[in-house]
Amino acid sequence: MKSLFIKIFAIFWKDLLTELRTKEVVTSVLVFALLVIVIFNFAFSTGASMPELVAPGVLWVAIAFGGVLGFNHIFTVEKGNSRLEGLMLCPVDRAVIYWGKLAGSITFILAVSLVITPIFLALFNLPLLLPLLALVIVLAALGFATVGTLFSAVAINTRARDIMLPILFLPITVPVIASAIKVTALILAGSPWNEMLIWLQIIIAFDIIYLVVSTLVFEFVIEE
Amino acid sequence: MNDKHVLRSNVLSGLGLVLMIAALYMVFIYVPTEKHTGVVQRIFYFHVSIAWVSFLAFFITFIFSILYLWKRTMRWDAIAHASAEAGIIFTTLVLITGPIWAKPVWGVWWTWDARLTTSLVLWLIYIAYLLVRAYATEPARGARFGAVIGIVGFIDVPIVFLVVNLWRTQHPTTIIFEGGLTTSMLLALLVSIAAFTTLYVLLVFQSACLKSMEADIKYLRSVQAE
Repeated sequence: MKSLFIKIFAIFWKDLLTELRTKEVVTSVLVFALLVIVIFNFAFSTGASMPELVAPGVLWVAIAFGGVLGFNHIFTVEKGNSRLEGLMLCPVDRAVIYWGKLAGSITFILAVSLVITPIFLALFNLPLLLPLLALVIVLAALGFATVGTLFSAVAINTRARDIMLPILFLPITVPVIASAIKVTALILAGSPWNEMLIWLQIIIAFDIIYLVVSTLVFEFVIEE
Repeated sequence: MNDKHVLRSNVLSGLGLVLMIAALYMVFIYVPTEKHTGVVQRIFYFHVSIAWVSFLAFFITFIFSILYLWKRTMRWDAIAHASAEAGIIFTTLVLITGPIWAKPVWGVWWTWDARLTTSLVLWLIYIAYLLVRAYATEPARGARFGAVIGIVGFIDVPIVFLVVNLWRTQHPTTIIFEGGLTTSMLLALLVSIAAFTTLYVLLVFQSACLKSMEADIKYLRSVQAE
Protein backbone atom coordinates (compact mmCIF):
# COMPACT_ATOMS: atom_id res chain seq x y z
CA MET A 1 0.00 0.00 0.00
CA LYS A 2 2.80 2.37 0.96
CA SER A 3 4.71 1.61 -2.26
CA LEU A 4 1.55 2.52 -4.19
CA PHE A 5 1.56 5.97 -2.62
CA ILE A 6 5.25 6.35 -3.34
CA LYS A 7 4.71 5.59 -7.02
CA ILE A 8 1.74 7.94 -7.29
CA PHE A 9 3.69 10.62 -5.49
CA ALA A 10 6.64 10.16 -7.84
CA ILE A 11 4.50 10.90 -10.88
CA PHE A 12 2.80 13.77 -9.10
CA TRP A 13 6.13 15.24 -7.94
CA LYS A 14 7.50 15.18 -11.49
CA ASP A 15 4.56 17.17 -12.78
CA LEU A 16 4.57 19.52 -9.81
CA LEU A 17 8.27 20.31 -10.21
CA THR A 18 7.82 20.96 -13.94
CA GLU A 19 4.96 23.30 -13.24
CA LEU A 20 6.68 25.05 -10.35
CA ARG A 21 9.69 25.78 -12.51
CA THR A 22 7.75 27.20 -15.43
CA LYS A 23 4.50 28.30 -13.78
CA GLU A 24 3.03 28.55 -17.24
CA VAL A 25 -0.22 26.62 -16.81
CA VAL A 26 -1.52 28.04 -13.56
CA THR A 27 -0.76 31.66 -14.36
CA SER A 28 -2.32 31.54 -17.82
CA VAL A 29 -5.43 29.76 -16.57
CA LEU A 30 -5.76 32.26 -13.72
CA VAL A 31 -5.60 35.15 -16.15
CA PHE A 32 -8.16 33.42 -18.37
CA ALA A 33 -10.53 32.82 -15.44
CA LEU A 34 -10.24 36.46 -14.48
CA LEU A 35 -11.02 37.51 -18.04
CA VAL A 36 -14.10 35.28 -18.05
CA ILE A 37 -15.35 37.05 -14.94
CA VAL A 38 -14.68 40.46 -16.51
CA ILE A 39 -16.47 39.57 -19.75
CA PHE A 40 -19.43 38.22 -17.80
CA ASN A 41 -19.69 41.56 -16.10
CA PHE A 42 -20.68 42.96 -19.47
CA ALA A 43 -22.87 39.96 -20.26
CA PHE A 44 -25.02 40.62 -17.20
CA SER A 45 -25.01 44.38 -17.30
CA THR A 46 -28.32 44.61 -15.43
CA GLY A 47 -27.06 42.20 -12.78
CA ALA A 48 -25.04 44.92 -11.13
CA SER A 49 -27.97 45.62 -8.83
CA MET A 50 -28.41 41.93 -7.87
CA PRO A 51 -24.96 40.35 -7.84
CA GLU A 52 -26.08 37.31 -5.82
CA LEU A 53 -28.26 36.18 -8.72
CA VAL A 54 -25.56 35.91 -11.34
CA ALA A 55 -22.47 35.55 -9.16
CA PRO A 56 -22.52 31.78 -8.53
CA GLY A 57 -22.91 31.06 -12.26
CA VAL A 58 -20.08 33.41 -13.19
CA LEU A 59 -17.69 31.87 -10.69
CA TRP A 60 -18.32 28.31 -11.79
CA VAL A 61 -18.22 29.09 -15.50
CA ALA A 62 -14.85 30.75 -14.92
CA ILE A 63 -13.53 27.76 -12.96
CA ALA A 64 -15.00 25.15 -15.34
CA PHE A 65 -13.76 26.81 -18.53
CA GLY A 66 -10.39 27.71 -17.07
CA GLY A 67 -10.09 24.19 -15.76
CA VAL A 68 -10.86 22.66 -19.14
CA LEU A 69 -8.09 24.69 -20.77
CA GLY A 70 -5.66 23.65 -18.08
CA PHE A 71 -6.55 19.96 -18.20
CA ASN A 72 -5.35 19.86 -21.78
CA HIS A 73 -1.84 20.24 -20.41
CA ILE A 74 -2.07 17.21 -18.16
CA PHE A 75 -1.29 14.87 -21.02
CA THR A 76 0.03 17.24 -23.66
CA VAL A 77 3.25 17.42 -21.68
CA GLU A 78 3.58 13.65 -22.09
CA LYS A 79 3.08 13.75 -25.81
CA GLY A 80 6.52 14.60 -27.16
CA ASN A 81 9.67 12.50 -26.91
CA SER A 82 7.74 9.31 -26.14
CA ARG A 83 7.32 10.42 -22.56
CA LEU A 84 4.02 8.61 -22.13
CA GLU A 85 5.56 5.38 -23.41
CA GLY A 86 8.34 5.86 -20.93
CA LEU A 87 5.82 6.26 -18.19
CA MET A 88 4.01 3.13 -19.31
CA LEU A 89 7.25 1.17 -19.26
CA CYS A 90 7.47 1.71 -15.53
CA PRO A 91 6.49 -1.42 -13.62
CA VAL A 92 3.34 0.17 -12.27
CA ASP A 93 -0.36 -0.47 -12.70
CA ARG A 94 -1.90 1.79 -15.33
CA ALA A 95 -4.25 3.07 -12.66
CA VAL A 96 -1.22 4.37 -10.75
CA ILE A 97 -0.37 6.61 -13.69
CA TYR A 98 -3.94 7.87 -13.60
CA TRP A 99 -3.79 8.61 -9.89
CA GLY A 100 -0.43 10.36 -10.25
CA LYS A 101 -1.83 12.56 -12.99
CA LEU A 102 -5.02 13.03 -11.01
CA ALA A 103 -3.05 14.36 -8.04
CA GLY A 104 -1.48 16.91 -10.37
CA SER A 105 -4.87 17.85 -11.83
CA ILE A 106 -6.45 18.32 -8.42
CA THR A 107 -3.55 20.50 -7.29
CA PHE A 108 -3.81 22.57 -10.44
CA ILE A 109 -7.53 23.21 -10.26
CA LEU A 110 -7.48 23.81 -6.53
CA ALA A 111 -4.70 26.36 -6.99
CA VAL A 112 -6.69 28.14 -9.68
CA SER A 113 -9.99 28.00 -7.78
CA LEU A 114 -8.64 29.12 -4.44
CA VAL A 115 -6.87 32.10 -5.99
CA ILE A 116 -9.67 33.18 -8.32
CA THR A 117 -12.47 32.90 -5.72
CA PRO A 118 -11.37 35.71 -3.35
CA ILE A 119 -10.81 37.95 -6.39
CA PHE A 120 -14.26 37.03 -7.65
CA LEU A 121 -15.88 37.66 -4.25
CA ALA A 122 -14.21 41.06 -4.03
CA LEU A 123 -15.29 42.02 -7.55
CA PHE A 124 -18.89 41.13 -6.75
CA ASN A 125 -18.83 42.74 -3.30
CA LEU A 126 -19.59 39.51 -1.52
CA PRO A 127 -18.30 38.45 1.92
CA LEU A 128 -14.78 37.07 1.68
CA LEU A 129 -14.76 34.53 4.47
CA LEU A 130 -16.90 31.58 3.43
CA PRO A 131 -15.52 28.26 4.71
CA LEU A 132 -18.47 26.35 3.22
CA LEU A 133 -17.57 27.72 -0.18
CA ALA A 134 -14.07 26.34 0.25
CA LEU A 135 -15.62 22.92 0.92
CA VAL A 136 -17.73 23.09 -2.26
CA ILE A 137 -14.70 24.15 -4.28
CA VAL A 138 -12.66 21.21 -3.02
CA LEU A 139 -15.44 18.71 -3.79
CA ALA A 140 -16.23 20.14 -7.21
CA ALA A 141 -12.53 20.41 -8.07
CA LEU A 142 -12.17 16.71 -7.38
CA GLY A 143 -15.07 15.97 -9.72
CA PHE A 144 -13.61 18.15 -12.47
CA ALA A 145 -10.17 16.63 -12.03
CA THR A 146 -11.31 13.00 -12.29
CA VAL A 147 -13.18 13.57 -15.54
CA GLY A 148 -10.64 16.06 -16.89
CA THR A 149 -7.65 13.78 -16.40
CA LEU A 150 -9.38 10.84 -18.07
CA PHE A 151 -10.61 12.84 -21.03
CA SER A 152 -7.31 14.65 -21.40
CA ALA A 153 -5.72 11.29 -22.17
CA VAL A 154 -8.45 10.66 -24.75
CA ALA A 155 -8.42 14.11 -26.32
CA ILE A 156 -4.68 14.37 -26.98
CA ASN A 157 -4.88 11.26 -29.13
CA THR A 158 -7.47 12.74 -31.46
CA ARG A 159 -6.95 15.12 -34.35
CA ALA A 160 -8.98 18.03 -32.97
CA ARG A 161 -6.84 17.96 -29.84
CA ASP A 162 -7.61 21.14 -27.93
CA ILE A 163 -11.27 21.51 -28.79
CA MET A 164 -12.05 17.86 -28.12
CA LEU A 165 -11.56 18.12 -24.37
CA PRO A 166 -14.24 20.80 -23.72
CA ILE A 167 -16.69 18.89 -25.96
CA LEU A 168 -16.13 15.75 -23.90
CA PHE A 169 -15.74 17.35 -20.51
CA LEU A 170 -18.57 19.86 -20.28
CA PRO A 171 -21.60 17.63 -20.93
CA ILE A 172 -20.32 15.01 -18.49
CA THR A 173 -19.64 17.50 -15.70
CA VAL A 174 -23.06 19.20 -15.95
CA PRO A 175 -24.12 17.65 -12.60
CA VAL A 176 -21.07 19.03 -10.82
CA ILE A 177 -21.35 22.49 -12.33
CA ALA A 178 -25.08 22.69 -11.70
CA SER A 179 -24.82 21.45 -8.11
CA ALA A 180 -21.84 23.70 -7.35
CA ILE A 181 -23.70 26.74 -8.66
CA LYS A 182 -26.76 25.83 -6.62
CA VAL A 183 -24.78 25.37 -3.39
CA THR A 184 -22.86 28.59 -3.96
CA ALA A 185 -26.15 30.44 -4.44
CA LEU A 186 -27.50 28.91 -1.22
CA ILE A 187 -24.33 29.81 0.67
CA LEU A 188 -24.48 33.42 -0.52
CA ALA A 189 -28.14 33.59 0.47
CA GLY A 190 -27.27 32.32 3.94
CA SER A 191 -29.51 29.27 3.70
CA PRO A 192 -29.55 26.58 6.39
CA TRP A 193 -27.20 23.63 6.17
CA ASN A 194 -29.80 20.97 5.38
CA GLU A 195 -30.90 22.68 2.17
CA MET A 196 -27.40 22.44 0.80
CA LEU A 197 -26.89 18.87 1.87
CA ILE A 198 -28.57 17.16 -1.08
CA TRP A 199 -26.46 19.11 -3.59
CA LEU A 200 -23.24 18.36 -1.73
CA GLN A 201 -24.22 14.72 -1.68
CA ILE A 202 -24.66 14.78 -5.45
CA ILE A 203 -21.17 16.22 -5.94
CA ILE A 204 -19.68 13.69 -3.54
CA ALA A 205 -21.51 10.83 -5.29
CA PHE A 206 -20.28 12.08 -8.65
CA ASP A 207 -16.72 12.25 -7.33
CA ILE A 208 -16.80 8.71 -6.00
CA ILE A 209 -18.49 7.21 -9.06
CA TYR A 210 -16.11 8.85 -11.48
CA LEU A 211 -13.02 8.12 -9.41
CA VAL A 212 -13.89 4.44 -9.54
CA VAL A 213 -14.96 4.37 -13.19
CA SER A 214 -11.96 6.39 -14.40
CA THR A 215 -9.54 4.20 -12.46
CA LEU A 216 -11.03 1.11 -14.08
CA VAL A 217 -11.22 2.51 -17.58
CA PHE A 218 -7.96 4.50 -17.81
CA GLU A 219 -5.80 1.59 -18.88
CA PHE A 220 -7.89 1.16 -22.01
CA VAL A 221 -7.29 4.76 -22.93
CA ILE A 222 -3.51 4.83 -22.86
CA GLU A 223 -2.73 1.35 -24.13
CA GLU A 224 -1.11 1.18 -27.52
CA MET B 1 -23.42 -10.50 -45.91
CA ASN B 2 -24.29 -14.14 -46.00
CA ASP B 3 -27.72 -15.70 -46.52
CA LYS B 4 -28.58 -15.67 -42.85
CA HIS B 5 -27.95 -11.94 -42.73
CA VAL B 6 -29.99 -11.29 -45.85
CA LEU B 7 -32.88 -13.29 -44.44
CA ARG B 8 -32.71 -11.47 -41.12
CA SER B 9 -32.56 -8.14 -42.88
CA ASN B 10 -35.57 -8.94 -45.06
CA VAL B 11 -37.63 -10.19 -42.14
CA LEU B 12 -36.85 -7.06 -40.12
CA SER B 13 -37.65 -4.80 -43.07
CA GLY B 14 -40.96 -6.55 -43.69
CA LEU B 15 -41.93 -6.51 -40.05
CA GLY B 16 -40.89 -2.89 -39.72
CA LEU B 17 -42.90 -1.87 -42.75
CA VAL B 18 -46.04 -3.59 -41.47
CA LEU B 19 -45.68 -2.14 -37.98
CA MET B 20 -44.94 1.35 -39.27
CA ILE B 21 -48.01 1.34 -41.54
CA ALA B 22 -50.08 0.05 -38.62
CA ALA B 23 -48.65 2.78 -36.37
CA LEU B 24 -49.38 5.49 -38.92
CA TYR B 25 -52.93 4.26 -39.32
CA MET B 26 -53.49 4.06 -35.59
CA VAL B 27 -51.99 7.43 -34.78
CA PHE B 28 -53.68 9.40 -37.53
CA ILE B 29 -56.99 7.59 -38.04
CA TYR B 30 -57.81 5.11 -35.30
CA VAL B 31 -57.05 7.14 -32.17
CA PRO B 32 -59.61 9.79 -31.13
CA THR B 33 -58.46 13.41 -30.95
CA GLU B 34 -57.44 14.34 -27.46
CA LYS B 35 -59.86 16.65 -25.67
CA HIS B 36 -57.61 19.33 -24.24
CA THR B 37 -54.72 19.79 -26.65
CA GLY B 38 -56.30 18.75 -29.97
CA VAL B 39 -54.70 17.30 -33.04
CA VAL B 40 -51.14 18.25 -32.16
CA GLN B 41 -51.23 15.73 -29.33
CA ARG B 42 -50.79 12.99 -31.94
CA ILE B 43 -47.09 13.80 -32.02
CA PHE B 44 -46.98 12.30 -28.51
CA TYR B 45 -47.10 8.75 -29.87
CA PHE B 46 -44.07 9.29 -32.09
CA HIS B 47 -42.23 11.49 -29.62
CA VAL B 48 -42.48 9.01 -26.74
CA SER B 49 -41.65 5.99 -28.94
CA ILE B 50 -38.60 7.72 -30.36
CA ALA B 51 -37.49 8.84 -26.89
CA TRP B 52 -37.71 5.30 -25.49
CA VAL B 53 -35.83 3.92 -28.47
CA SER B 54 -33.08 6.55 -28.12
CA PHE B 55 -32.50 5.54 -24.51
CA LEU B 56 -32.48 1.90 -25.58
CA ALA B 57 -29.90 2.75 -28.23
CA PHE B 58 -27.53 4.32 -25.74
CA PHE B 59 -28.05 1.50 -23.30
CA ILE B 60 -27.05 -0.96 -26.04
CA THR B 61 -24.00 1.18 -26.78
CA PHE B 62 -23.13 1.05 -23.08
CA ILE B 63 -23.46 -2.74 -22.87
CA PHE B 64 -21.54 -3.43 -26.07
CA SER B 65 -18.83 -0.93 -25.12
CA ILE B 66 -18.22 -2.92 -21.95
CA LEU B 67 -18.29 -6.18 -23.91
CA TYR B 68 -15.87 -4.82 -26.49
CA LEU B 69 -13.36 -3.67 -23.88
CA TRP B 70 -13.63 -7.06 -22.22
CA LYS B 71 -13.46 -9.36 -25.24
CA ARG B 72 -12.12 -7.10 -28.02
CA THR B 73 -14.48 -8.59 -30.63
CA MET B 74 -14.68 -6.08 -33.49
CA ARG B 75 -18.26 -7.05 -34.22
CA TRP B 76 -19.36 -5.82 -30.79
CA ASP B 77 -17.62 -2.53 -31.31
CA ALA B 78 -19.44 -2.22 -34.65
CA ILE B 79 -22.76 -2.74 -32.88
CA ALA B 80 -21.89 -0.19 -30.19
CA HIS B 81 -20.92 2.36 -32.83
CA ALA B 82 -23.97 1.67 -35.00
CA SER B 83 -26.24 1.91 -31.97
CA ALA B 84 -24.76 5.27 -31.00
CA GLU B 85 -25.30 6.59 -34.52
CA ALA B 86 -28.91 5.40 -34.51
CA GLY B 87 -29.27 6.85 -31.02
CA ILE B 88 -28.13 10.26 -32.17
CA ILE B 89 -30.62 10.22 -35.05
CA PHE B 90 -33.45 9.28 -32.70
CA THR B 91 -32.38 11.81 -30.06
CA THR B 92 -32.27 14.53 -32.72
CA LEU B 93 -35.81 13.57 -33.71
CA VAL B 94 -36.88 13.76 -30.06
CA LEU B 95 -35.39 17.24 -29.79
CA ILE B 96 -37.25 18.27 -32.96
CA THR B 97 -40.66 16.67 -32.30
CA GLY B 98 -40.65 17.89 -28.69
CA PRO B 99 -40.58 21.62 -29.49
CA ILE B 100 -43.11 21.10 -32.31
CA TRP B 101 -45.44 19.66 -29.70
CA ALA B 102 -44.47 22.14 -27.01
CA LYS B 103 -45.06 25.38 -28.90
CA PRO B 104 -48.85 25.02 -29.32
CA VAL B 105 -49.34 23.26 -25.98
CA TRP B 106 -47.02 25.10 -23.56
CA GLY B 107 -46.56 28.26 -25.61
CA VAL B 108 -42.76 27.95 -25.64
CA TRP B 109 -40.33 26.05 -27.86
CA TRP B 110 -38.16 24.97 -24.97
CA THR B 111 -37.90 24.87 -21.19
CA TRP B 112 -34.97 23.78 -19.10
CA ASP B 113 -36.80 21.13 -17.15
CA ALA B 114 -35.36 17.74 -16.21
CA ARG B 115 -36.27 15.65 -19.22
CA LEU B 116 -35.52 18.20 -21.91
CA THR B 117 -32.18 19.16 -20.38
CA THR B 118 -31.20 15.53 -19.89
CA SER B 119 -32.10 14.78 -23.52
CA LEU B 120 -30.00 17.69 -24.69
CA VAL B 121 -27.03 16.70 -22.54
CA LEU B 122 -27.45 13.08 -23.72
CA TRP B 123 -27.36 14.32 -27.29
CA LEU B 124 -24.18 16.31 -26.59
CA ILE B 125 -22.46 13.39 -24.88
CA TYR B 126 -23.06 11.14 -27.87
CA ILE B 127 -22.09 13.82 -30.34
CA ALA B 128 -18.80 13.85 -28.43
CA TYR B 129 -18.72 10.04 -28.74
CA LEU B 130 -19.08 10.23 -32.52
CA LEU B 131 -16.57 13.08 -32.80
CA VAL B 132 -13.93 11.19 -30.83
CA ARG B 133 -14.40 8.15 -33.06
CA ALA B 134 -14.21 10.30 -36.17
CA TYR B 135 -11.13 12.24 -35.02
CA ALA B 136 -9.16 9.36 -33.56
CA THR B 137 -5.78 8.82 -35.15
CA GLU B 138 -6.40 5.13 -35.86
CA PRO B 139 -9.61 3.07 -36.01
CA ALA B 140 -8.52 0.74 -33.20
CA ARG B 141 -7.92 3.70 -30.96
CA GLY B 142 -11.25 5.16 -32.02
CA ALA B 143 -12.94 1.96 -30.98
CA ARG B 144 -11.33 1.96 -27.55
CA PHE B 145 -11.98 5.65 -26.92
CA GLY B 146 -15.55 5.26 -28.12
CA ALA B 147 -16.06 2.36 -25.73
CA VAL B 148 -14.69 4.42 -22.83
CA ILE B 149 -16.97 7.34 -23.63
CA GLY B 150 -19.93 5.04 -24.22
CA ILE B 151 -19.47 3.76 -20.67
CA VAL B 152 -18.62 7.04 -18.94
CA GLY B 153 -21.35 8.95 -20.80
CA PHE B 154 -24.13 6.52 -20.03
CA ILE B 155 -23.32 6.52 -16.32
CA ASP B 156 -23.64 10.28 -16.35
CA VAL B 157 -27.18 10.36 -17.74
CA PRO B 158 -29.10 9.35 -14.58
CA ILE B 159 -26.97 11.76 -12.54
CA VAL B 160 -27.80 14.62 -14.91
CA PHE B 161 -31.48 13.71 -14.74
CA LEU B 162 -31.43 13.65 -10.94
CA VAL B 163 -29.69 17.01 -10.72
CA VAL B 164 -31.91 18.83 -13.19
CA ASN B 165 -35.00 17.22 -11.68
CA LEU B 166 -34.05 18.68 -8.32
CA TRP B 167 -33.37 21.99 -9.99
CA ARG B 168 -36.75 22.42 -11.72
CA THR B 169 -39.58 20.45 -13.32
CA GLN B 170 -42.18 21.33 -15.93
CA HIS B 171 -42.53 18.27 -18.19
CA PRO B 172 -45.96 16.64 -17.95
CA THR B 173 -45.78 13.73 -15.57
CA THR B 174 -45.82 10.31 -17.17
CA ILE B 175 -49.42 10.05 -18.34
CA ILE B 176 -49.10 6.34 -18.98
CA PHE B 177 -48.52 5.33 -15.42
CA GLU B 178 -51.23 7.56 -14.07
CA GLY B 179 -53.77 5.77 -16.23
CA GLY B 180 -54.54 8.94 -18.13
CA LEU B 181 -54.58 7.07 -21.42
CA THR B 182 -57.60 5.28 -22.82
CA THR B 183 -57.02 1.77 -24.14
CA SER B 184 -57.07 2.91 -27.76
CA MET B 185 -54.37 5.48 -27.00
CA LEU B 186 -52.31 2.93 -25.13
CA LEU B 187 -52.60 0.50 -28.04
CA ALA B 188 -51.53 3.16 -30.53
CA LEU B 189 -48.56 3.98 -28.33
CA LEU B 190 -47.51 0.35 -28.02
CA VAL B 191 -47.75 -0.22 -31.78
CA SER B 192 -45.77 2.94 -32.33
CA ILE B 193 -43.06 1.83 -29.90
CA ALA B 194 -42.90 -1.58 -31.57
CA ALA B 195 -42.59 0.04 -35.01
CA PHE B 196 -39.73 2.32 -34.00
CA THR B 197 -37.92 -0.39 -32.07
CA THR B 198 -38.02 -2.60 -35.16
CA LEU B 199 -36.70 0.29 -37.21
CA TYR B 200 -33.90 0.78 -34.69
CA VAL B 201 -32.95 -2.91 -34.72
CA LEU B 202 -32.90 -2.91 -38.52
CA LEU B 203 -30.76 0.24 -38.68
CA VAL B 204 -28.25 -1.07 -36.14
CA PHE B 205 -28.06 -4.44 -37.79
CA GLN B 206 -27.46 -3.01 -41.26
CA SER B 207 -25.00 -0.41 -40.02
CA ALA B 208 -23.02 -2.87 -37.89
CA CYS B 209 -22.72 -5.30 -40.82
CA LEU B 210 -21.54 -2.46 -43.03
CA LYS B 211 -18.91 -1.40 -40.51
CA SER B 212 -17.68 -4.96 -40.11
CA MET B 213 -17.34 -5.31 -43.85
CA GLU B 214 -15.51 -1.98 -44.12
CA ALA B 215 -13.09 -3.11 -41.42
CA ASP B 216 -12.54 -6.38 -43.28
CA ILE B 217 -11.83 -4.57 -46.54
CA LYS B 218 -9.41 -2.26 -44.82
CA TYR B 219 -7.59 -5.21 -43.31
CA LEU B 220 -7.44 -7.07 -46.62
CA ARG B 221 -6.11 -3.97 -48.36
CA SER B 222 -3.39 -3.54 -45.77
CA VAL B 223 -2.39 -7.20 -46.10
CA GLN B 224 -2.35 -6.93 -49.89
CA ALA B 225 -0.17 -3.85 -49.75
CA GLU B 226 2.57 -5.76 -47.97
